[in-house]
Amino acid sequence: MIRIENLHKSFGDLEVLKGMNLHIPKGQATGIVGPNGSGKTTLIKTILGLVKPDSGVIHVNDVKLNGNWLYRQDIGYMPQVARYPENMIVRELLEFIKGLRNQEAVFEEELISQFNLGPELDKSLRVLSGGNRQKVGATLAMMFNPQLLFFDEPTAGLDPQASFKFKKRVEKEKQDGKTVLITSHIMSELEQLVDHVVFILDGKIRYYGSMENLLEENKEERLEAAIARMMENSPDPGIEARETEVTFQ
Amino acid sequence: MEEDENIKKLNPVEMKLLTHIIKNEWKTLIRGKWVIGYGLIFLILTDTLLRFGGGGAEVLLSLSNVMLLFIPLVGMIYGILYIYQSREFVELLLTQPINRKTLFWGLFCGISTPLMAAFVVGAMLPLGWHGILAQDPGASVMVLALGGMLTLIFVALGFVLGLAFYEDRIKGFGFTIVIWLFMAILYDGLILMAIFTFGDYPLERFVIAATMLNPIDLARIMVLLEFDISALMGYTGAVFRQFFGTNSGILTASGMLVLWLAVPAWIGLRVFKKKDF
Repeated sequence: MIRIENLHKSFGDLEVLKGMNLHIPKGQATGIVGPNGSGKTTLIKTILGLVKPDSGVIHVNDVKLNGNWLYRQDIGYMPQVARYPENMIVRELLEFIKGLRNQEAVFEEELISQFNLGPELDKSLRVLSGGNRQKVGATLAMMFNPQLLFFDEPTAGLDPQASFKFKKRVEKEKQDGKTVLITSHIMSELEQLVDHVVFILDGKIRYYGSMENLLEENKEERLEAAIARMMENSPDPGIEARETEVTFQ
Repeated sequence: MEEDENIKKLNPVEMKLLTHIIKNEWKTLIRGKWVIGYGLIFLILTDTLLRFGGGGAEVLLSLSNVMLLFIPLVGMIYGILYIYQSREFVELLLTQPINRKTLFWGLFCGISTPLMAAFVVGAMLPLGWHGILAQDPGASVMVLALGGMLTLIFVALGFVLGLAFYEDRIKGFGFTIVIWLFMAILYDGLILMAIFTFGDYPLERFVIAATMLNPIDLARIMVLLEFDISALMGYTGAVFRQFFGTNSGILTASGMLVLWLAVPAWIGLRVFKKKDF
């Protein structure tokens, strides 16, 4: 599904991705964890074609990325920050993206009712609360039934009910055989949603494997503790300094 | 190779996407109302000038003076603001199955044409109902067309500045203001200073070259050539006419203006295609 070989990316002097290799098979739910500025978002953005790698090869569904764009028909992406043109009405935004994708929005109604977006449809995006904007983002990501789903910090702004519904939805997508990629700082959430973990530290993959394996190796019961232990065990003087520098991406 | 790719025409699917994006931008801009307000300002201004400002040619000249000063500023600020305000939205659009070239042209045409239309319609209506359009169609059309063209040029420049200083808004706005001050206000003074300083040398070619490098000057000279006002022509205008004659002077200047639109738009496209979002 996704195959990444020796991926490098620098922003100016700052090396963000330092030779990443990653193979994510079809139907796998993978959580990407790592400290702020470790390169999680950059990795996802590179797969989406938003960021152009300095070197390395990415294949998505056996299509090699080289500035092409059709492969994104199979991807639904929910960004970390959901900001839309203020004067646009929710319904128009949905219509607009539908027109861009030229695919049938099979899950549109379903997602709207699931996230209780019905009453928000005729409001302009300016007056929408942050959480509702996140829900709109989730709807946009999933309504075309894409085979690959990327969620960047999806539940950060959601209330417990919405967050619960969102997780339910992602579990359903998983069962339908979707390949799911989630970055999150909420470890309990990842424990629920994913079965594989990619741990990124300072632009490199420090761990990639199944959740159980990770817990076993670190002799921990919870993901949070296992990750914390790994972060302690890989001392890297550069991390602290870089954290503040990379936040702009 | 890549140059060919940039110039290559869009295929039918891409054309459909392009019009889809443009339509969407129009819809949201018209709802934003301030483009309409901008058009109204020109409507009121032109109407007031026509009521109190005497004959048609004088009004057209006053209008073009206002236009030469403000359209570049408004266009650039508008272009750069759009880039800064729509960051996350543009990113979201880039994650859709659409190529960057189509998206760039869609956004550029989608936001520049309403601004252009606001000026053209706003200024044209009073010219129409006061009969200037019928009485002096050539000059009216030229002033309106120049205003429209300047709008496109400076929105494109605003886009380039916004993309070039994507992370640093203060710098982006700073450059916008400096470029505007330089082109709209300082440029003529600098040329004059050069002429005074180096008055002993033949400066015609230098002056012509210098004029070509400033779209606002080009537009100014086209207006003056059209109205044939020697008194207002200034040194650059006089040299221009002497060098090219009225008609081919206007032709050369319009050719240069087209280039002034094509080059920033092309640079903007290149930056947009290579950019990390």
